[in-house]
Amino acid sequence: MKKLFARLSLHADAGKKWVIAVPTLWLGLFFALPFLIVLKIAFAEADIAIPPYTALLSMADQAFDLHVYFGNFVFLTEDSLYLTAYLNSLKMAALSTLLCLLVGYPMAYYIARAKSSTQSILLLLILLPSWTSFLIRIYAWIGILKSNGVLNNVLLWLGVIDQPLAILNTNIAVYIGIVYAYLPFMVLPLYANLVKHDYSLIEASQDLGARRLKSFWNITFPLSRNGIVAGSMLVFIPVVGEYVIPELLGGTNSIVIGKVMWQEFFNNRDWPLASSLALIMLLILMIPIHLFRKHQEKEWEDSK
Amino acid sequence: MIEPSLSRDSADGHFLQIKSIVKTYDDVVAVNDVSLDIAKGDIFALLGASGSGKSTLLRMLAGFETPNSGQIILDGEDIVSLAPYRRPINMMFQSYALFPHMTVEQNIAYGLKQDRMPKNLIADKVVQMLRLVHMEKYAKRKPEQLSGGQRQRVALARSLAKSPKLLLLDEPMGALDKKLRNRMQLEVVDILESVGVTCVMVTHDQEEAMTMANRIAIMEEGRIVQAGTPRDIYEAPNSLQAAEFIGSMNLFHGTITVDAQDHAVIQTTEVATPMYVSYGVTTAIEDKQVVFAVRPEKTMISREQPDSQYNWCHGVVHDIAYLGGHSVYHIRLDNGKIVYSFMINSDRFADLPTWEESVYVHWSADSGLVLRP
Repeated sequence: MKKLFARLSLHADAGKKWVIAVPTLWLGLFFALPFLIVLKIAFAEADIAIPPYTALLSMADQAFDLHVYFGNFVFLTEDSLYLTAYLNSLKMAALSTLLCLLVGYPMAYYIARAKSSTQSILLLLILLPSWTSFLIRIYAWIGILKSNGVLNNVLLWLGVIDQPLAILNTNIAVYIGIVYAYLPFMVLPLYANLVKHDYSLIEASQDLGARRLKSFWNITFPLSRNGIVAGSMLVFIPVVGEYVIPELLGGTNSIVIGKVMWQEFFNNRDWPLASSLALIMLLILMIPIHLFRKHQEKEWEDSK
Repeated sequence: MIEPSLSRDSADGHFLQIKSIVKTYDDVVAVNDVSLDIAKGDIFALLGASGSGKSTLLRMLAGFETPNSGQIILDGEDIVSLAPYRRPINMMFQSYALFPHMTVEQNIAYGLKQDRMPKNLIADKVVQMLRLVHMEKYAKRKPEQLSGGQRQRVALARSLAKSPKLLLLDEPMGALDKKLRNRMQLEVVDILESVGVTCVMVTHDQEEAMTMANRIAIMEEGRIVQAGTPRDIYEAPNSLQAAEFIGSMNLFHGTITVDAQDHAVIQTTEVATPMYVSYGVTTAIEDKQVVFAVRPEKTMISREQPDSQYNWCHGVVHDIAYLGGHSVYHIRLDNGKIVYSFMINSDRFADLPTWEESVYVHWSADSGLVLRP
């Protein structure tokens, strides 16, 4: 990767620098700077003031006072609520990723095998729901899942059940919502991978004596590893911090880090604690992100 | 119909019998009532242009396509209803279809593993196969780290590892450059002969078919035009289609004027001199329209008029393609028709006819062929 950058900068002329300057500025202003602010707040004390935390640097008695407070992080370890929330979030993200993979892989496989004219229609159908607001789509699930909602009414009418199922405000509803919302992020990278596969490899496998399913496991599945990794990352990382879906579809007992952060920030007005929660979450997420990047770099090196 | 076979026909057994195979896609007939007999140990080439149905026929042998009707009998067993993974047939794919995530070793072992062969036997067989194709040093490499020729060797080893009854080669040299192609053609044939496997290959390259195969079938529009040894097909084409497909041919349309037991004379509309062939052409009275054909390398060019009353024509040198080993002369006849003649460049600087020179093209009585239009 370093070599690539070195090569890029070697050939870079002034024009290229300007091209790079725009995204750099953008990322600096809207990513790095807010992050530094969060970092600063995480090391402050909550205060009844505007803004509601103590300053990192203050000027008093002709001296700079640097006030770095670690109490927030200590507090996070003392109350088991936070550990539970982190673990719940990770579990939710892991299970959702697995579910998305189980549902998304056959979809992506089918689309990749379809006629190219059908492919674009199917891909459009995958993307079409995201043209409506995310929030509205999750609200719609309330209408579907509630005890007198669409799903229960249909099942009652069909006679499959005689009592409405209590799905809304349970973890099941949360998983349904997450799988629904994040499925495109799994399907699209998988599709992009699977569509490039050479079908003659499957024929070769069958020719050498492997049945269809065996050929799939021996050939297609290992060759789609990159798509699986990419799709899983795109689902796992945002789901760890997911707030809207557990809040709207989950029960009050579903403690996830997104909800805890919300409560600390808005209900308790404890900005420093909320910031330190966010910081820890970021550190946790850096592990899979780092692994993903290493994986990609290795792929890139291999493909040279 | 014309001449007896010029070389021994190896079809002395019926190892692979293809019987009246028909394959249609929607309304298009891809393979139209094809029947072939292939003997054990044959290297049989299906030669045809793209869309001739040769690949479809090969894919039906492999089991990737099912014929609409007909039988494929391999070693006494009808295999039409067998799935590809059950057939004792292996194929070397045009793109080689090597598994990119497996090493050379793993690729070769793949088929054996599917048969649940014990591990130590697999290892032995893989070593044996690597030795066969001279790839021992590359066992641990991935396909992407190999050159085109090396990939082909691995693909060949993989398709031979299971000791199939029948080996299929789909455009075996299609992915190689010309120089490598010529070397690999002979090397692949050596390997196939050392193993003794029966082989059906598909190619659009007549030189490749003639180099590698001991029997060739020319396919056109889903039908077999002619099947026989390379020599049969070249020297005794049974139809205009076959004659035009292989090599180049000078054709003269005409009618039969003399049709005796041991010779025939054809008067063409294009040249004043009649054509004489040294064999009888049994024709019906009402069916006198024929095509007289002579291959360019069987003709000679001279500056003097031949003293024979048959088998020559006059023209001027229109173009010369100097190809090193031989030159192709394009002779423009008095009526504008172009006749091709090959001249072997045996002398480095001979006094040869040059552009716009008046020349005579002539050939002997046993060089020409009579074909049906």
